[in-house]
Amino acid sequence: MQGSLISPAVASSAGHSYDSADLRAALGLVPGKPFNLGALLSDRLCELGQGGRLALIWENYAGLRRVFTFDDLRRHSDAWAAALAGLGIAAGDRVCLFLDRVPDLYFAFLGILKLGAVVQPLFSQFMADALEVRLADADTRAVITTARHLGKVRQVRPRIATLAHVILTDAPAGAEPNLEPGEHVISAERLAPATLAPYPADEETPSLLHYTSGTTGKPKGAQHVHGSVLSQFATTRHVLDLRPDDIYWCTADPGWVTGTSYGIIGPWAVGATQAIFEGGFSAPRWYDFIARNRVTVFYTAPTAVRMLMKAPPPVAEQIQSLRHLGSVGEPLNPAAVLWAERELGRPFYDTYWQTETGAMMIANVPGLPIKPGSMGKPLPGVTAAILDAKTFEPITTPGAVGLIAFRPPWPSMFRAYLNAEAAYRSKFVAGYYLTGDRGSVDDEGYYWFVGRDDDVINTAGHLVGPFEVESALLRHPAIAESAAVSKPDPTFGEVVKTFIVLRPGQLASDELKLDIMNFVRKHLSPLAMPHAIDFVDKLPKTRSGKIVRRMLRAQEWGEPVGDLSSLDD
Amino acid sequence: MPDDQQLSETILDYIRREYTDALQGATVSANTPLISSGLVDSLSMISLKVFLDQTYRLRIPDSEASAEAFDSVQAIVAMLRRLGVK
Repeated sequence: MQGSLISPAVASSAGHSYDSADLRAALGLVPGKPFNLGALLSDRLCELGQGGRLALIWENYAGLRRVFTFDDLRRHSDAWAAALAGLGIAAGDRVCLFLDRVPDLYFAFLGILKLGAVVQPLFSQFMADALEVRLADADTRAVITTARHLGKVRQVRPRIATLAHVILTDAPAGAEPNLEPGEHVISAERLAPATLAPYPADEETPSLLHYTSGTTGKPKGAQHVHGSVLSQFATTRHVLDLRPDDIYWCTADPGWVTGTSYGIIGPWAVGATQAIFEGGFSAPRWYDFIARNRVTVFYTAPTAVRMLMKAPPPVAEQIQSLRHLGSVGEPLNPAAVLWAERELGRPFYDTYWQTETGAMMIANVPGLPIKPGSMGKPLPGVTAAILDAKTFEPITTPGAVGLIAFRPPWPSMFRAYLNAEAAYRSKFVAGYYLTGDRGSVDDEGYYWFVGRDDDVINTAGHLVGPFEVESALLRHPAIAESAAVSKPDPTFGEVVKTFIVLRPGQLASDELKLDIMNFVRKHLSPLAMPHAIDFVDKLPKTRSGKIVRRMLRAQEWGEPVGDLSSLDD
Repeated sequence: MPDDQQLSETILDYIRREYTDALQGATVSANTPLISSGLVDSLSMISLKVFLDQTYRLRIPDSEASAEAFDSVQAIVAMLRRLGVK
C-alpha cells in the first residue's frame, strides 16, 4: 500500500496538495528511509530550529495552567520512551493510555511511538468490564493511568495475564501510593533526561490500536500505522484550515480516534499550538477558555454544539479569536449550523469519517458553500460512492439511499481488526470499504447521512455495540434476556434503549429500571447506559432464535419494520 | 415539606452511593461541580434525572435538564424548586 495511498497529482482548489510525494516532502519524509511518527510530531520542529514554539497549552478545571514547547515535547517523550524501555517494553508491545487529559498522556503517547510500541488509547470513563475486554483482546503489556482510575485497573489486572506493568502518572498528595507488584509511578516531572534513538519505523509499522464497536461480538481493535500521518496532515491543513500560528482546541478525548488523529497527530504534524482543557462540559467555562487562550480553530462534536445551544450564548469578546469551526462524530443538524452562524458568527463545518478510516473522508471545507445538514463532499483523492445494498453497485441517481463506501486504499486506513481477520475482510466488498452507514448524494455531489446500516448505536458521537450492552445486562440478576437498540434523542443524537424480559418471579418497576440503568453505567460506561427501558414478555426473534433488533429499532425511529416473514410467531 | 438542606442531603446520599465508581474517592458536597469538573460525565446524569423524577414524582422537562442545571447538588435543588417541588 505504501506510496499509492492517496491518488497522485490531486490537489484541492485551495492549493493544498493531497499528493503523497508532496505530503512526504512537506513532512521531511524520504521514501524508503525509516521515520517515526512520535519523532515527527515532536523532534522534527526542534531539528528545524523551531523547538521554542508553543506546542501545548494545558489547563484543568481547578485552574492549573501549564505550557509546553515542542522542545518540551521532545524531551519529555524521550524520557517516557526510555522509562518504558527500562521496564522491558519493546517494539510491537501494546501500551494502554487510560487516563484523563493530563500532559503526561501526550508525552507518553509520543514516547510509546518513539519506542516502536503501539498506543492503545481507552476512554477513561470506561468501567471495569469494558476495560477488561479491551485489554484482554489486545494482550496489553502496560497500562498508563492515574490514581483516579487505578481501582478499575486493579480490578481487572488479575485476569490479564500479559499485563506486566501499571504506571501511575500521579500519586496522592504528600505520599507515594501503596503500590502493588508491577505498579510504578512515572511522570515527566519525575523523569531524568534521557535520549533514545527513535525506533526506525516505516509507513506500515503499527502505531495505534483504537477499539470500536460493531453489531456482533466484542469490540474490535482497529490497527493503524505510522504512515497514517499523511492523511491526517493533509486534512488538518485543508479541512480544519490549521496553520502553524493557530491556537487549536479539539474537545475530543484521546480515548477516541478524533482525539488522536486530530487531537494529537494532525495538529502537531502541522506545527500548531494545541489548547487542551482537562474538564467536563460547561458552556461558560468553554467560552472563557476560548477567550483567554485566543483559540482560533475549534473542532468539537454535534452533541457538544447542541449542549452549547441550550446555554446562554457567548458575548462577542469571548469568541472574537475564532476563525474556523469544525464538527465530527454524528450528523450535524441544520439548526446547529444556523445557531452557530447566528451566535458564534460562523458555521460549523461538519466532517465525516470513522475509527477505521483514521482521517476525514467527506467534509465541508473552507470555500465550499455549506448545505446545512450535509456532510459535504469527498476530499481530494477519496473515491466515495453510494452502493446498492444488495448488488453493491454504485448508485448514480441523486437522492437515492444506499451504503456509504470508499475505494481503498488511503494512508490512514486501518490495516486490521486485531484477532478478527474475518470481520476485517467483511468490511471490504466489491472493491469498496463499507462504512456501515447509509446515505445519499445529491445532484451537486454533496453527501447526506441517513443512518446506520447495522444495529450499532451512535450516542453523542461514540459507537456502542448492542451485544456488549446485552451481555452486561445478562449479568443482572433480574434479567432473562434483552435487546439494545438506538433511540433518537434531541441532545445526544441517539441513546441506548433496551427491551427486557425479566426472569420468572421478577416484577417490573420504576425502581428496577433505575437499578438496571446504573448497573450498565457502573459495569460498562456512561455511554452504554440505557436511557429508556421497556419491560416486555418476549422479544421478536427469527425462527432460528436470533433477536430481530431492526424491528425494535424501526419502531423507535418511526420507520417501516420491513420484511417480517422470517420472524417466529 | 423538605427544606433545601434535606433535599440536598437526599441527592448527595444518592450520588455518593451510586456514583462511587465515577467519583473514585473524590469528596462531594452540595456545591461540588460535577459535570463541568469532569468528575461525572454528562451522560451519567441521565440516571440521576430518573432518580429525581421517581423520588419527587415529576418529569423534568428537556428544557430544564441542561448540564448547568445538573452541575452541582445546589443547582439541582434550585431546579427542583423551580419545578415546584415542595
